Amino acid sequence: MTATVVTVSSGKGGVGKTTTSANLAVALAMSGQKVVCIDADIGLRNLDVILGLENRIVYDLVDVVEGRCRLRQAMIRDKRLPELYLIPAAQTRDKSAVTPSDMVRLADELRSEVDWIIIDCPAGIERGFRNALAPADMVIVVTNPEVSAVRDADRIIGLVEAEEKGPVRLIINRVNPEMVKRGDMLAADDVLELLAVELIGIIPEDDHVVVSANRGQPVALDPRTRAGTAFHNIARRLNGEQVPFMDLDGRKGVLGWLTRIVRPGGN
Amino acid sequence: MMDQSGTSLQIKGVRDGLMVTIGEGAWSEILESLISQIDDRIQFFKGARLTLDVGNRIVYAADLGLMRDKLADRQVVLWAVLSTSPVTEQTAQVLGLATRAHSAPRREQVMKPVESSLPGENAIFVQRTLRSGFQVISKAHVIVVGDINPGAEIRAGGSVVVWGRLRGAVEAGTEIGDAATICALEMAPMQIRIAEREIMLPFRRGKPQPEMVGIRNGQIFIEPWKAKEK
Repeated sequence: MTATVVTVSSGKGGVGKTTTSANLAVALAMSGQKVVCIDADIGLRNLDVILGLENRIVYDLVDVVEGRCRLRQAMIRDKRLPELYLIPAAQTRDKSAVTPSDMVRLADELRSEVDWIIIDCPAGIERGFRNALAPADMVIVVTNPEVSAVRDADRIIGLVEAEEKGPVRLIINRVNPEMVKRGDMLAADDVLELLAVELIGIIPEDDHVVVSANRGQPVALDPRTRAGTAFHNIARRLNGEQVPFMDLDGRKGVLGWLTRIVRPGGN
Repeated sequence: MMDQSGTSLQIKGVRDGLMVTIGEGAWSEILESLISQIDDRIQFFKGARLTLDVGNRIVYAADLGLMRDKLADRQVVLWAVLSTSPVTEQTAQVLGLATRAHSAPRREQVMKPVESSLPGENAIFVQRTLRSGFQVISKAHVIVVGDINPGAEIRAGGSVVVWGRLRGAVEAGTEIGDAATICALEMAPMQIRIAEREIMLPFRRGKPQPEMVGIRNGQIFIEPWKAKEK
């Protein structure tokens, strides 16, 4: 096996990086592939909570890097999905505890053993981002259909291009079809027109995401939910399948067309 | 360049960025000397891609990683290490750095620009989309094939021509003043300025047209950008 290292990034905080990382990992693992998630948000770890593995942490990323344990010992196996592992971040340290080269070494060590390595990147463009980017084969940029999130996504894509990493794929998270329909929210097309990168998924706003995250049961575990389906679709696209996008953009019909024409500041 | 400590370090511009050739001396001193040279001219080095030629020296991963990170802190990208030592080469590969000779510019291949420029007619050509946070600052004219996204910035001594959407900030004419113009296929900037004058564009509807903004007889004009009829 030769793993693909996918770094999930966004620039702006709170757009759903960690939720996306967790659900992508779950969806890939449910398709029978071996997945390791690495939480690179040292000092502000969350991925363990979303995955519901918080109470099983013994060793973390910094312990591996500083040689206090072997890599294997820090990999927490998910009991629901035996193909899913988590390497949690340290909570008592900060980003400077790990260097980009440490991350490259770590990823290289894992590469032969798994299919996917998903790295959850911290918000910001500082050291933590550099760490998460260093080993990436692919960068997934998560954004919301909001001007500020899109602006930061643009910055991140620029930085990824400058480092000659990539390819970059885009996930638009928390799309509210009703709001798009009313013209109160950027539509996927508006976001794509600006960012000009390949779209790999649109996640609809779904209350199940919050509920499931609080319970430590990622929404992708239940593919019947709309968000769950969206994450499974992304996993299939990552595996090279052609999956049509869910119809969410609300531009169908006369009303949608009208609101788009009337919307101020529209093109 | 030789410092007092006897470490030798040569930095020169090559086709793909900067080439740093290091000679004798302790690694720590070389690193220190390189970093201090970069710190002296931080604006010049910012964003540079650096190739390191270490000759037959054996460099360890920790040392190379430290250099890479220190450079990264200064926004300099260490992307390749050239060495005749297989140990060093392997170390560089482990760190994800390029090592192949052909990816590095060979000295003979560095081309000298042909002296064909007209006085006052220099321009720089940028063939990419400028994303948020990126800047192009030049005393010459600036030509961009690609978009200028919101949050990106251009400051040009002369005119600015954008073959794409202009949605960021552009200042033209910092050198030539009123004679500068700004042209774009789609003019939807955050801010534009010519010769230090802020230009407010009127609100427009409908399909965007290529437009040109400039100053004529002290008056700001905005007109369709099309082939000159003469």
